[in-house]
Amino acid sequence: MSKTVTEIVDRCQALFEDLNFTSAREWKAAEPGRKVVGYMPVYVPREIIHAGGMLPLGILGGGEALEVIHGDAYYQSYICRIPRSTIELAITKRIDFVDGMLFPSICDVIRNLSGMWKLMFPKVYARYFDVPQNYRDDIGGNYYVEELRELKEGLEEVAGRTITDEDIRRSIAVYNENRRLVQEVYDFRTKQPWKAPSWEVYLLMRAGMVLPVEEHTQLMQDYLAAAEAEDRPMKDNCRIILQGSFCEQPPLNLVKSIELAGCYIVDDDYMLVTRWLLGDCPVDGDPLRNLASKFLHESMETAAKYEPDGTRKGQYLVDAVRDRAAEGVIFAAPSFCDPALLDRPMLANALSRADIPHISFKYAENSGQMQPIREQAGTFADTIKLWS
Amino acid sequence: MNAQAASQDVIKEPSMLKQKAMIAANFDKLTSANETGQKIAATYVPGNLNELIMCFDMGNNLPEINAINNGMRKKSGAMITEAEKQGHSEDVCTYVKADIGNMSRGAIAPNGKPMPVPDLLLLSYTGCFTFMKWFELLRDQYGCETTMLHVPYEGDGKITQNMRDYVVKQLKEDVIPALEKVSGVKFDIDRLREYLRKSAAAEDNLVWVLESAKNKPSPIDAYFGGVYYIGPIFTAFRGTDDAVEYYKLLRTEIEARLAAGKGPITPEGELTEEKYRLVVEGPPNWTSFRDFWKMFYDEGAVVVASTYTKVGGVYDQGFRHDPDHPLESLADYCLGCYTNRNLPGRVDLIEKYMKEYQADGFLVNSIKSCNSFSAGQLLIMREIETRTGKPAAFIETDLVDPRYFSAANVKNRLESYFQMIDQKRKGGGSAAAA
Repeated sequence: MSKTVTEIVDRCQALFEDLNFTSAREWKAAEPGRKVVGYMPVYVPREIIHAGGMLPLGILGGGEALEVIHGDAYYQSYICRIPRSTIELAITKRIDFVDGMLFPSICDVIRNLSGMWKLMFPKVYARYFDVPQNYRDDIGGNYYVEELRELKEGLEEVAGRTITDEDIRRSIAVYNENRRLVQEVYDFRTKQPWKAPSWEVYLLMRAGMVLPVEEHTQLMQDYLAAAEAEDRPMKDNCRIILQGSFCEQPPLNLVKSIELAGCYIVDDDYMLVTRWLLGDCPVDGDPLRNLASKFLHESMETAAKYEPDGTRKGQYLVDAVRDRAAEGVIFAAPSFCDPALLDRPMLANALSRADIPHISFKYAENSGQMQPIREQAGTFADTIKLWS
Repeated sequence: MNAQAASQDVIKEPSMLKQKAMIAANFDKLTSANETGQKIAATYVPGNLNELIMCFDMGNNLPEINAINNGMRKKSGAMITEAEKQGHSEDVCTYVKADIGNMSRGAIAPNGKPMPVPDLLLLSYTGCFTFMKWFELLRDQYGCETTMLHVPYEGDGKITQNMRDYVVKQLKEDVIPALEKVSGVKFDIDRLREYLRKSAAAEDNLVWVLESAKNKPSPIDAYFGGVYYIGPIFTAFRGTDDAVEYYKLLRTEIEARLAAGKGPITPEGELTEEKYRLVVEGPPNWTSFRDFWKMFYDEGAVVVASTYTKVGGVYDQGFRHDPDHPLESLADYCLGCYTNRNLPGRVDLIEKYMKEYQADGFLVNSIKSCNSFSAGQLLIMREIETRTGKPAAFIETDLVDPRYFSAANVKNRLESYFQMIDQKRKGGGSAAAA
């Protein structure tokens, strides 16, 4: 019997709220020798973890429900919240079953957290995962392939087994399927945002951070079928893109508040890892070279990546507005988020040049007061409806 | 106070006068580029490729140095406000905002003349994520030629051959062609070798000077004085005859101070009694630099080693620019800068300083603007306390935003800290001037 939207979303919500990561613990306990590798935003090649028979586990901070006690002792007040709540998760043993942690190249705070992890949890495999900012195959590509090889070797030690090219090819195919479904969900929401509220889509993607990829793919298929079948009224909302939330996550209430204020979110940059590589990655040939090539030439644009062509800076956002038939952009960045906040003026300029309305505000993962955000988003929606 | 206050005139030694003249001449050179036709590259201090830039007869303009200059001349506050009015977040690096605000106000150099628009933005992305965004912002403003050198981070605490190859290949195939194109000068590797030879000579003397602080009393202050000592080698002078001469001169002066058993020179004279020997982590505050320094020398505190003086090269751990391996050596230089080292490596280095320099304590000056330095410093502090048993303290200021320098709070914290060191000594810790 097919599942209803409510059933699917309830499950996702339960996964989202579970700060002990019970589903991942159960996955690990189900068979002896299973390993779990955590990763932080914004991108790691999950295919290689999966190829080693391990569970990639997205660690996106502690969210609004986690009281940070120990974590605050490690950070000054002017540093964002995600590293402190991540340390809180670790110190309180909520992620004590994690065998490895990957810290992607996104900013200096997450970069330094990789070293803190080495000092604080020396028995856990911890790696700063660097990616090239040079996009030539023979320069950045060669460097990246070697980085991937080093990562693979490190993960082999965690897994206690060799990871073959064939293993990685199979995993690439599995993730290709997952990316296709993610894209379908995003496209579905773009076409009928009233049928796929953003907070539901958000929870659906969050589920992909903790579930085995195959299960997540099935969950998205179920959701699409259920959401299509659901009869939901279309509201007179404006259509906006939410930008800047690619690392520390907003409280779920913030996502809901924006929609309640009259904005359909038709695109966002939450959990970019789910759709970082654009389109299918080839499954034949050298799998590491394929992952590298895809990263260099067909991957998402975000603040953590250098844009070599100054005339193209922000163009991806202008294109997204057009492709998603959006009417405006809301910049919602975490407080003290260097990548998002340093990028914002350039993106805002690109939008202004294209005559696209935009507003901005900041949040923290534990922001409690939604009324100001609701008012701001509501005024923005009214402005678009009345004058654009 | 411990400094001789016979005269309120700041003591200027020959090396200081020489450095002042070098800096003034460089600003004159930069601000007259439109008339002379000299091409100008803008680049950053950590991982700066001054020798390479000189191979193309280009001038080197460093935005951080301009921001520091404006900070010390109390001009940065208004510039930061200006940038914030333009939409730059109050949360981000104030070097960036001071630079952007400065541009909005005509980019006036300390000599009162406007800086030229750079012909090339040479983004050496070394040890600081903000650099990348900063250059994108500058490119947005200037619209000039840009080239990027991505320097991978030493995540596992070592330089791998893959990292080195990546940097060298970028130098060969991106950076050098961009410099050739902008300057119209063909690259001559022998010219680079010659500059690197001079760099290494200057680096030898810099290291001698920095290590002179192992003596008791230390003849230098390796933080407040140290920022002057690193000036030439971290900026537009590494590889020049001027830098070689400067460091010879400086070494001679410090040798004389050492032989005479003298302490460091402060803005108010010579420090006569070394009471506390400190290792300091993090950049200084620039907007109240003198006031900040005074809080130390008034108490007889001398910084014997600092990490900030390694941000543009960790020479005291053995690295030298190598004329026999010019591009590889530039790569290793960039890869090895302090903030490009992982946190365990930073802790190890500080622990080494604490021991080798016989420090009484460890102080972190945590900078709001600089996550590259600051994220993780509280853990560094704990680690150092645990490993050395010496007391540590933590203060918070900013680089060039005067709003984040609270003199009373900092002074209070420092005074309590010095008392803590005294207490520790009474309990059997080390004494400063043995």
